[in-house]
Amino acid sequence: MMETIGLYNYWVVVVLMMTGFYIVVARDNLIKKVIGLNIFQTSVFLLFISAGKVDGGSAPILAEGIEIYSNPLPGVLILTAIVVGVATTAVALGLIVRINEAYGTIEEPEIHLEDVEA
Amino acid sequence: MIDNHLPILQVLIPLVAAVMCLLLRNRLIVTTLAIVVTWVTFAVSAALMSAVLRQGVISYELGGWAPPWGIEYRVDVLNAFVLVLVSGIGAVVATWSPSSISIELPRYERHYLFYCAYLLCLAGLLGITVTGDMFNVFVFLEISALSSYVLISLGQDRRALTAAYSYLVMGTLGATFILIGIGLLYIMTGTLNMADLAERLPEVLDTRTVIVAFGFLVVGVSLKMALFPLHLWLPNAYAYAPSAVTAFLAATATKVSVYLLLRFFFTVFGYEFAFDRMQLWIFLMPLALVGIVTASLVAIFQNNIKRMLAYSSVAQIGYMVLGISFASVNGLTGGIVHLFNHGLMKCALFLALGCIVYRCGAVHIDEMRGLGRTMPWTMAAFVGGGLSLIGVPMTVGFVSKWYLVVAALEQGLWPVAAVVLFSSLLAVVYIWRVVEVAYFEAPSAVEGEGTVREAPLSMLIPVWALVVAIFYFGITTELTAGIARQAAESLLKVAS
Amino acid sequence: MKDQVVPRIVAKLLIPYILLYALYVQWHGDYGPGGGFQAGVIFAAAVILYALIFDLGNAQRAIRPWVVSLLVPLGLLLYIGVGIATILKGGVFLEYGVLEHDPIHGQHLGILLVELGVGTTVAGVMITIFYSFGEVVRG
Repeated sequence: MMETIGLYNYWVVVVLMMTGFYIVVARDNLIKKVIGLNIFQTSVFLLFISAGKVDGGSAPILAEGIEIYSNPLPGVLILTAIVVGVATTAVALGLIVRINEAYGTIEEPEIHLEDVEA
Repeated sequence: MIDNHLPILQVLIPLVAAVMCLLLRNRLIVTTLAIVVTWVTFAVSAALMSAVLRQGVISYELGGWAPPWGIEYRVDVLNAFVLVLVSGIGAVVATWSPSSISIELPRYERHYLFYCAYLLCLAGLLGITVTGDMFNVFVFLEISALSSYVLISLGQDRRALTAAYSYLVMGTLGATFILIGIGLLYIMTGTLNMADLAERLPEVLDTRTVIVAFGFLVVGVSLKMALFPLHLWLPNAYAYAPSAVTAFLAATATKVSVYLLLRFFFTVFGYEFAFDRMQLWIFLMPLALVGIVTASLVAIFQNNIKRMLAYSSVAQIGYMVLGISFASVNGLTGGIVHLFNHGLMKCALFLALGCIVYRCGAVHIDEMRGLGRTMPWTMAAFVGGGLSLIGVPMTVGFVSKWYLVVAALEQGLWPVAAVVLFSSLLAVVYIWRVVEVAYFEAPSAVEGEGTVREAPLSMLIPVWALVVAIFYFGITTELTAGIARQAAESLLKVAS
Repeated sequence: MKDQVVPRIVAKLLIPYILLYALYVQWHGDYGPGGGFQAGVIFAAAVILYALIFDLGNAQRAIRPWVVSLLVPLGLLLYIGVGIATILKGGVFLEYGVLEHDPIHGQHLGILLVELGVGTTVAGVMITIFYSFGEVVRG
């Protein structure tokens, strides 16, 4: 039982991951899909970082008198992944701005209708 | 001294050139820079290939940190083969592109951005292939993916934007799945280096975490690879992108993802775990077969020729995955050699189509009437590529299908061999549709009919170079099939 | 938002400190949480805050778009330049140890320069993105 509660981080990861994935699939508004994608990616970051913490370890920065450090590698990986996520969001938003200019709407069913009529 | 640093130069040269494109805005300078740099990159990959054939696996430590603590660039026969393909296609398309994008991208002052994105995509694809570190794969995967979303959105039709957007959403999902798989593997073994993972994984193979990581990696790579039914982003993305972009991406992006499949499941996990314990072939083989048949059938009914070729690409990916799912030397050889051959074929076909777009402005089948007479060299190149798609002997397509059929018969799977032959007949149908309209119908009476001339020499020469390669490598298969066989043997031996 | 008194005064007070904090984070990456990407984003946040409150036109007069779009390739070239310098000095790519007379100083210098390159590029990219979107909204 205590172990299940101790895995609290990973439960949050699962909930966020499924929430983000559901938003991407179920919502028609293009911006909402991007939001869902971001939530999905954030859950992955939490997964990495939760795994990096060492029992009783402090932050992975050299300091006097500290013996155990947490693993610095997941933090660095996540930094890179965050940058990737930001870049993806920027490209997605740029595309949405152009789509809005071209179609006049950012709801996927309406865009589909316009394409079918064309 | 350059010899020692070949692996990093492979990625560094296009990357620096991409940055230089941002600084130098002049269209002529940027175009020349792109062409020169892509050919230099091809020379580097050829040098790497000959070095690997001579001395075996080449390893390069980044930052002087020994693996597994540092990032390692590891080049073996399979790597080098894919590197030659990607850089070669990059060079040929870059040489072909200037005339084409002067028509398809009307804002000349922005061409430096096109070449910057093109070189970034090339650098990303080369990086995925050359690295031996799992997280580095993810980083380069995203670099190439983001630049390809941008490149696709440059198409003239406004549907290019929605195609790029849906590719973005699906591609990011796939890449995030791959990231989750990498993370779970790191949590279980503590290392990101592929060779080191291969050593440490056998102890933890039974845990649920590793099995889930395997699942995430399979789905992520399948999404990136456009394996049926995760191929939905591909037809629109290829149909509405600029011609040069379609030719480049069709011949390289999905092939690199197939290479990732091979790397993950034969080098990292080991083929016993992937195919005997996890029965990966039960997942791959049916999907590959269904993909081959349905994609070929859908291709027959397309009126937009670019879309037809895009669906044909999905079918060809099915062939590669089919070869891999056999997990035998012949099957893997077939899959790997088809990786190379399909790159050549599809690039030639899309470049020929690009010539037609350059002269006629559209790719609807009705507008291709009589092109056999007005654009003889272009249509002949198209027919050459088409013959290779069908698998006529003396073309590269025949070589790959031969290995696939032999591998199927080896394992007693007669129905699979039958499906491969049946799909070749389907390819005959959709290629014949184009040939019939181009050669056997009179040119449509359009205003200013005389303007439909042959494509300029600067566009024809790259196309014909590829067509000559198709026939050359179809007749003397030693180089491509020999290397593919070497790669297949090393994959199966390393794992066992 | 220029007519709103509270945001205007608070922004005027805070923006210099935000910029200073960005520089602090940039150089203190090896002594505390920080480094190139974080610093670049904080720097860009200061500029964006200014643009939100005092109008995009004024922000573009202060931080010119052509300067910002020049920062992007320059930062990247600095990073790659450090790598090429290490190759020319006899090491492998990004082997910082060969940059100076002894490895520890070499590592220090290498990381400092590389993070500077990253920070420059990130700040440039963030501000460029904001300017591009801002111009779409404006006209």
